Amino acid sequence: MTNLELQKMANEVRKGIVTATHAAKCGHPGGSLSAADIYTYLYFEEMNIDPKNPKMEDRDRFVLSKGHTAPGLYSALAHRGYFPVEDLTTLRKLGSYLQGHPCLQHVPGVDMSSGSLGQGISAAVGMALGARMQGKDFRVYTLIGDGESEEGQVWEACMFAGHRKLDNLCVILDYNGLQIDGKLEDVCSAEPFEDKFKAFRFHVINIDAHDFDQIRAAFKEARETKGQPTVIIAHSLKGKGVSFMEGSVDWHGKAPNDEQYAIAMADLEKVGEALCQK
Amino acid sequence: MSEVIKIATRESYGNALKELGAEYPNLVVLDADLAAATKTGVFKKAFPERHIDCGIAECNMMGIAAGLSLTGLIPFASSFAMFAAGRAFEQVRNSIGYPHLNVKIGATHAGITVGEDGASHQCNEDIALMRTIPGMVVMCPSDDVEAKAAVRAAVEYVGPVYIRFGRAAVPVINDRPDYKFEIGKGVLLREGKDVTIVATGICVDSALTAAEMLAADGISAEVINIHTIKPLDEDIIVNSAKKTGKVVTVEEHSVIGGLGSAVCDALCAKHPVPVKKLGMQDVFGESGSASALVEKYKLDGKGVYGDVKAFLGK
Repeated sequence: MTNLELQKMANEVRKGIVTATHAAKCGHPGGSLSAADIYTYLYFEEMNIDPKNPKMEDRDRFVLSKGHTAPGLYSALAHRGYFPVEDLTTLRKLGSYLQGHPCLQHVPGVDMSSGSLGQGISAAVGMALGARMQGKDFRVYTLIGDGESEEGQVWEACMFAGHRKLDNLCVILDYNGLQIDGKLEDVCSAEPFEDKFKAFRFHVINIDAHDFDQIRAAFKEARETKGQPTVIIAHSLKGKGVSFMEGSVDWHGKAPNDEQYAIAMADLEKVGEALCQK
Repeated sequence: MSEVIKIATRESYGNALKELGAEYPNLVVLDADLAAATKTGVFKKAFPERHIDCGIAECNMMGIAAGLSLTGLIPFASSFAMFAAGRAFEQVRNSIGYPHLNVKIGATHAGITVGEDGASHQCNEDIALMRTIPGMVVMCPSDDVEAKAAVRAAVEYVGPVYIRFGRAAVPVINDRPDYKFEIGKGVLLREGKDVTIVATGICVDSALTAAEMLAADGISAEVINIHTIKPLDEDIIVNSAKKTGKVVTVEEHSVIGGLGSAVCDALCAKHPVPVKKLGMQDVFGESGSASALVEKYKLDGKGVYGDVKAFLGK
């Protein structure tokens, strides 16, 4: 896909996030929106997958370690054709397969259940090791949060991945700088991230999480990096695309009401229209 | 009488893995810097490329096992019970139990027979923790024969399994030609009519010894070996309770949440009878030799004998 096509799709993914959390009257829009471009690039450009065959044996894998941003993953999966986009409005409701956090057994396209922070990245490391042990060339991607990186298990997983030189593993850090209780720097920052990942023997790439040129280049560089895992530190804006959510800690885990929903969708429609003019 | 052969069930674990490793090329073993103690070192020697040392990071090890299983491998994640079920409980619950992955957890050094290391390493809570996880199979074999059979059954079964092994050498009691192991199937080892003794793990041998001693006093004790605490063979327990009217449970585990509680759950619902739960009575263990500890906490044959007699008021 061209960058313009990716931008348009990411905008649709964002609409899905806003629509799903509005319908659910809860959920996590902020961190879903900050990673929307990453989700879009992974599912529409980067990964070797088949929505018609979600369990395809040697597909690339994605583990959403920051599982609370499931609305972002679900929206990307729905738009990619794993399940109907209309189902996004069933998010978090009784009887829906779209559980509050990703559930392997119920959601087509979800490669690992997650949500308890720090755990997804370990499973991703296990998948990468499993691929290597069986001589398979699929790649494994995992998205972790900056707040999530306060969990010790994240670094246990990085230690192992670096030690084992798992170059089929690509970690993406959604660095939006905000967590539930406030700014990372005020709560308990895990900075310096770059130094930490380097210390754990990762190849580190810093990018603007909303620039598809940089996203494209970073994933290419990750694929070409041998002998060590890669982390893409994706500097992002929490709530990206929705005016009143951008950079606001309040929208970590809160859904828009009807009025806010209308404003949010108008914001995104405007972005969409501008993209159509290009 | 021939000499009693004693083997620690952790040894059985390592030997079974080695044997099964030859049959199952997708069987892999993980450890957290305890391969020498958990005896997975035996497997490592035979299949070095399939042994994964995760270092001292049990939580990550459980996640890695989950990921490996999702690529078609059958991982056995090994550590002491304290760290496998205790430290990594939430990883086992959320990364293995909730997605119902085909991961096997081999937990060695369970209970007080860890011995000299003391209470910090004596896990008396693992059965309770593991059996609360939906879909988790929980096994606690009584000797070498049963431990090896349990490991094989775990490989053949698809889904999460927790198996508990001990550090100390224990008598081989199941070495007979007609021995058969089936997950979830209790074993009637001795028929009796006055009291039922339901035991698991190393306490099965104690129950058999106690039954012998009780017989000398004219008390007829039925002995049931429950090697699978979950799913529990409720029928064998209920049927025996109907016959004897009194049940004693024996386990090298807290009396809160373990075999005793599982048996009470079943009897409460189906055939309430008086039950006496023997095990660790809501206390931590302590340092000492395995045999001294088993004696102090009355989990040996003599201890069980005394408590059963007291329970029967005789």
